[in-house]
Amino acid sequence: MAEGTGMMLNPLDVPDEEILTRCIHCGLCLQVCPTYNLTFRERSSPRGRIRLIRAVLRGELDITDGFAEEMNFCLDCQACQTVCPAGVRYGRLVEASRVLVARSGKDRGRWIKRFFFRRVFPHAARLKRISKWLRFYQQSIRPLLKKTGVFRWLPAKLRNIEPLAPPVSPFFSDEILPEYIRPNGRVRYRIGFLRGCLMNTMFADINLDTVEVLLVNGCEIWNPAHQVCCGSLAAHNGDFEVARELARKNVDAFFQTELDAIVVNSAGCGAFMKEYGELLADDPEYAEKAHRFSALVKDVHEFLDGIELVPPEHPVQERITYDDACHLIHTQGISEEPRRLLRKIPGVDLVELEEASWCCGSAGIYNIVHYETSMQILARKIEHILETGARIVATGNPGCLVQLRAGVRERGLPIRVVHPISLLRQSYGERARYFERGNSGDARD
Amino acid sequence: MLQEKIVRRLEEIVGKENVQTGQEDRIAYSYDGTPLLEKLPEAVVFPETADQVAAILQLANEERFAVVPRGSGTGLSGGAIPAEHSISLVFTRWNRILELDEENLTVKVQPGVITAQVHQEVEKKGLFYPPDPGSMNVCTIGGNIAENAGGLRGLKYGVTKDYVMGLEVVLPTGEVARFGDKNVKDVAGYNLKDLIIGSEGTLGIVTQALLKLIPRPQSVKTILAYFPHVGNAAQTVSDIIAAHILPATLEFLDQTTIRCVEGFAQIGLPTDIGALLLIEVDGHPAQVEEEAQKIRPICTRNGATEVLVAKDEAEALRLKTARRAAFTALARVKPTTVLEDATVPRSKLAAMVEKVEEVARKYSLTIGTFGHAGDGNLHPTILTDERDKQEMTRAEKALEEIFDFAMQLGGTITGEHGVGLAKRPFFEKWIDPGARAMSERLKRALDPNLVLNPGKVFSLSPHCELPFPDAVRKPEHVF
Repeated sequence: MAEGTGMMLNPLDVPDEEILTRCIHCGLCLQVCPTYNLTFRERSSPRGRIRLIRAVLRGELDITDGFAEEMNFCLDCQACQTVCPAGVRYGRLVEASRVLVARSGKDRGRWIKRFFFRRVFPHAARLKRISKWLRFYQQSIRPLLKKTGVFRWLPAKLRNIEPLAPPVSPFFSDEILPEYIRPNGRVRYRIGFLRGCLMNTMFADINLDTVEVLLVNGCEIWNPAHQVCCGSLAAHNGDFEVARELARKNVDAFFQTELDAIVVNSAGCGAFMKEYGELLADDPEYAEKAHRFSALVKDVHEFLDGIELVPPEHPVQERITYDDACHLIHTQGISEEPRRLLRKIPGVDLVELEEASWCCGSAGIYNIVHYETSMQILARKIEHILETGARIVATGNPGCLVQLRAGVRERGLPIRVVHPISLLRQSYGERARYFERGNSGDARD
Repeated sequence: MLQEKIVRRLEEIVGKENVQTGQEDRIAYSYDGTPLLEKLPEAVVFPETADQVAAILQLANEERFAVVPRGSGTGLSGGAIPAEHSISLVFTRWNRILELDEENLTVKVQPGVITAQVHQEVEKKGLFYPPDPGSMNVCTIGGNIAENAGGLRGLKYGVTKDYVMGLEVVLPTGEVARFGDKNVKDVAGYNLKDLIIGSEGTLGIVTQALLKLIPRPQSVKTILAYFPHVGNAAQTVSDIIAAHILPATLEFLDQTTIRCVEGFAQIGLPTDIGALLLIEVDGHPAQVEEEAQKIRPICTRNGATEVLVAKDEAEALRLKTARRAAFTALARVKPTTVLEDATVPRSKLAAMVEKVEEVARKYSLTIGTFGHAGDGNLHPTILTDERDKQEMTRAEKALEEIFDFAMQLGGTITGEHGVGLAKRPFFEKWIDPGARAMSERLKRALDPNLVLNPGKVFSLSPHCELPFPDAVRKPEHVF
């Protein structure tokens, strides 16, 4: 980035030579890479990209438009890491290369990225204000545009991506959730709760569900007012500077009290917060605290699977399938936990989804920047969902929820896309009713 | 660089979008699965019909550039590494299964089909395509045929050549030739398909294949046996064969390999044992039961500390998947994994395994050994770091000693990976002079201008005598 002068460079910002040499180019990653399986072109595979990154570092290749394009064409789903027997941390390499690309000024879509990752997400109030406008648009203007036919006159690109903006919740979860919440009955755990930015504004109902499920399980909840966006979106798009600033703020916000765990219901946020330790490793003031912070972070499925769960009692008589969020299965290694939780719900008929561990094409803002590719990847996913005959798809990440809901809606399918924790909340019934919510949920769902 | 007019001609043949000359694509096709070898192709071309391939080879003969065919690039002998002044001809987009004939038990495929996809499709119909190379989830049938690939089920079921019934091939001079069909017996003329299978892409390019299928075994049992020393495990292998039992799979992993595999797969393998055998018997349920019963005492007699049976298909699959990860998992120890493929008669397996251990001690190297013990086909893998020059020199010496010993035992320098570039120096030492002369005459007759994958298997053109003319780096290390 042009204004990057004086920016602190930390090992995360430069592709790590040791990780690069660990790749023995056996090619086992090719089988699971969604972009390679679209193009069958080696440069769009993890092995190919690793070789390109190596070439750049060794001065054999400039940061060309092609290189920039390829680094951003990657979904960063990290499916390749899961299958890599050598343990190559590919995600690290590609994220660091995006820093190189961002600094070279060759980044496609950099304006939109910079706007959102620097100007919107880091500022909770701004995000909420924008969300409110969006809500006004979705509830009042959009129907009007549709009705009058004006919608058709919008540029195709805008018309395409418009449905990908998730419907804004009728309320925000931080308007309802107090900073400190006690369960009825005995306190078993003291946990910190990350509201998230998208989860707070677009999936407020899921946040309430999560908190209520935790309360049923005897968790006392610390929901610090001064928490901020986790920073993952910025980091995954090559802006580590912003990400570090946000990480420091969260460490301060949560460490005002003793905690047993920091629970996160968004796979992407959880994955990134588990890396704060590494992110701030060079910061003398924060290194140790960040390390402790990361050790406390638990995905909500991971947390609930690890405790003696209060048995869900009300049957949910449905055929359900589970779609692995990349940031759960590939980054955090969490895949059995959500399935085990779903099986504990009486009545649930859990069927396996073919290629459940494949990315759905959401990938942060990938579906906006690479709309066509994202939709091709989504189509493959929807086909597999149809094969299961399930009426409900459960997935544990906001981006995946948005993407799958868009896919289901576009085809007019009678399939609900939900967070696994919402099903658990449903099964707990009245005993989990802590908060009133108006007309909850996805307005268009 | 390839002249502009040649690029235009290539674009006319396959379409503009199927010719890439950008630096990024050239870099991405400069390597395959082989360590230490790399070279940039001058263009990358994706054909999708035999006529296109034929036209490209005609052009190559006219304009005298080399053509190097390539599937998924998982080969371990450098067969798909670009040659001097060459284009990389990539088959990955040409990947459809054309016909599954359940009456004649055959499947017809395009060359870029992934091997595991053939497995999945035919198994849905209760049929079985046995060849299963370690990289079966990635590698292509075209590549398997070119390399005559083996796999984990070779002991009982044989290798790729045993399952090819017919081929469509483009010859180096650009003619299309078809031979073999759905007839189980066919002796009309030369057995040309066996000339192409295993020719490492030097005598012709496979553009379509008709593969033989067999009924899927009704029952499978997967056994895991732990041994205190590698010698015990190797002797067990020889004893199982001597007892006239032919398991489908009889795989060997030594301690170094077990540790790496466990580090990756985390399936609960003990990391303190000397070696393990992964044994799979299949067939009629009664026969499977009987063979499993016989194998157990043979293992115990040879000092096995534990003999376990996989409880279900999922567990068996986890074990086999872990085994398939062995080669790459060894990279957890050191970044350069020099993998060998020496193969000896099965009765000599224990001697070979002990020799590898001795060589490792002598040259102070870490060698992880795993492989298809039942086939006498081991993959001793030297774990090193290409940046450590001294260790690389010791590794070279160790390799030579292992090969020499394998040859003394009546073995071969490569069981299933091919000669390619990596084993060319050893090949010249190993091959019978008469066979060498015949091979050379064949190559020159079919490819007079030496345009098709030149320099692989053996070197013919004088200016190409060096193992690797101007490799980007490390020309001195060629294995």
